[in-house]
Amino acid sequence: MATAPRPDPLTPRLYRVGRVRRELPDTATLALAPLSGMRPAFAPGQFNMLYVFGVGEVAVSISGAVDEPDFVHTVRDVGAASGAITKLKSGATIGVRGPFGTSWPVSAAEGADVLFVAGGLGLAPLRPAIYRVLANRARYGRVVILCGSRNPEAILYRRELEQWRQRLDVDLEVTVDHADADWHGRVGVVPALIRRAAFDRHDAVALICGPEMMMRFTLNALREADVAPERIYLSMERNMKCAIGLCGHCQFGPTFVCRDGPVMRYDTIAEIFAVHEI
Amino acid sequence: MEGLEHILAEHPFFAGFSAEHSRLVAGCARNHRYDAGEYLFHEEQPANEFFVIRHGQVALEVVAPGQRPIVIATLGEGEIVGASWLAPPYRWTFGARAVALTRAIGIDAACLRGKCEADHHLGYEMMKRFLPILVQRLHATRLQLLDVYGKR
Repeated sequence: MATAPRPDPLTPRLYRVGRVRRELPDTATLALAPLSGMRPAFAPGQFNMLYVFGVGEVAVSISGAVDEPDFVHTVRDVGAASGAITKLKSGATIGVRGPFGTSWPVSAAEGADVLFVAGGLGLAPLRPAIYRVLANRARYGRVVILCGSRNPEAILYRRELEQWRQRLDVDLEVTVDHADADWHGRVGVVPALIRRAAFDRHDAVALICGPEMMMRFTLNALREADVAPERIYLSMERNMKCAIGLCGHCQFGPTFVCRDGPVMRYDTIAEIFAVHEI
Repeated sequence: MEGLEHILAEHPFFAGFSAEHSRLVAGCARNHRYDAGEYLFHEEQPANEFFVIRHGQVALEVVAPGQRPIVIATLGEGEIVGASWLAPPYRWTFGARAVALTRAIGIDAACLRGKCEADHHLGYEMMKRFLPILVQRLHATRLQLLDVYGKR
């Protein structure tokens, strides 16, 4: 029996921009629906290459739920392509390649406590995993979500965080690096929350996403808390171009972040993680 | 006194303290209650006490002329407020404001410094507990200064 040819991973497929939500002054969430057919399945943690015609292409993690019909992406304006994406209006056309890369170990973590540590926009790649865990809440132990942000105005998905916080089966803490006296929440860095968080150090899986510096400090706090390196997963970020491990732009030691990541188990990269030249 | 000794013994900061040392520290301790918005201390005042938070949340803040106070950290249950009592000139560098109803035990600094001077074992136990906190806060402050969520 003949099988349908696999789509060329280097050829973008056309998608229509659906709803657009302005999250922050420089950050927008877009829902993307294929012009024809269904969108491909994805696993939490994977990314797509988003192509703005005439501008360029950029790797963006998927931030929606696996069972949503559209691809949902939260994009921050940090360059030409990402800036152009944040300015797209509903109805615009965009090219999409993907999904690519590895995923968060949400199935493997069943039965264990799950600790999510997000810094800034790092909450976006974690959100599909959070949705998945919360949708299957009974399969997990304690669920702890720790979020760090630059200041109260820069808190991503604020309404959703407030909803999660109201749940009786989730421990959620938000902290900001900088605030004035009008802010009544926590001030301090997100790794410091790990010391106070209630989870089983020996039976927890930690999923971390944020700026690399924030992840380094988070790793130190997890080490201090005696969480084993093989139970820690990070979402790495490098300059991804081809997204299929061919071009080498995202080389990270002996690995390619697009193919062997973005989600990587810490013990597999521990030796190269702190090497400056890598 | 016995009540305070018991409360202190249960606080994470004093975990592993000997009964004798707990008794000595409790001899310098008194209970405090602060409503939301009330100050534990203000910048530049003598740092003659430090605080063991039992319940609530405290914001450490600094005031710049013409601006709203800037909060540099918040501390909560199980944590310690105040390190300026450890080193001369024993004056607070920041103000501390209760964000919510806060219950704390204040330890008289001069009293405890005197006991640490007289009993170096007690002094060493106190330093073993304070030093990691100071190092953690130094690291956290450095991470804050890096402004990692800002655009590169």
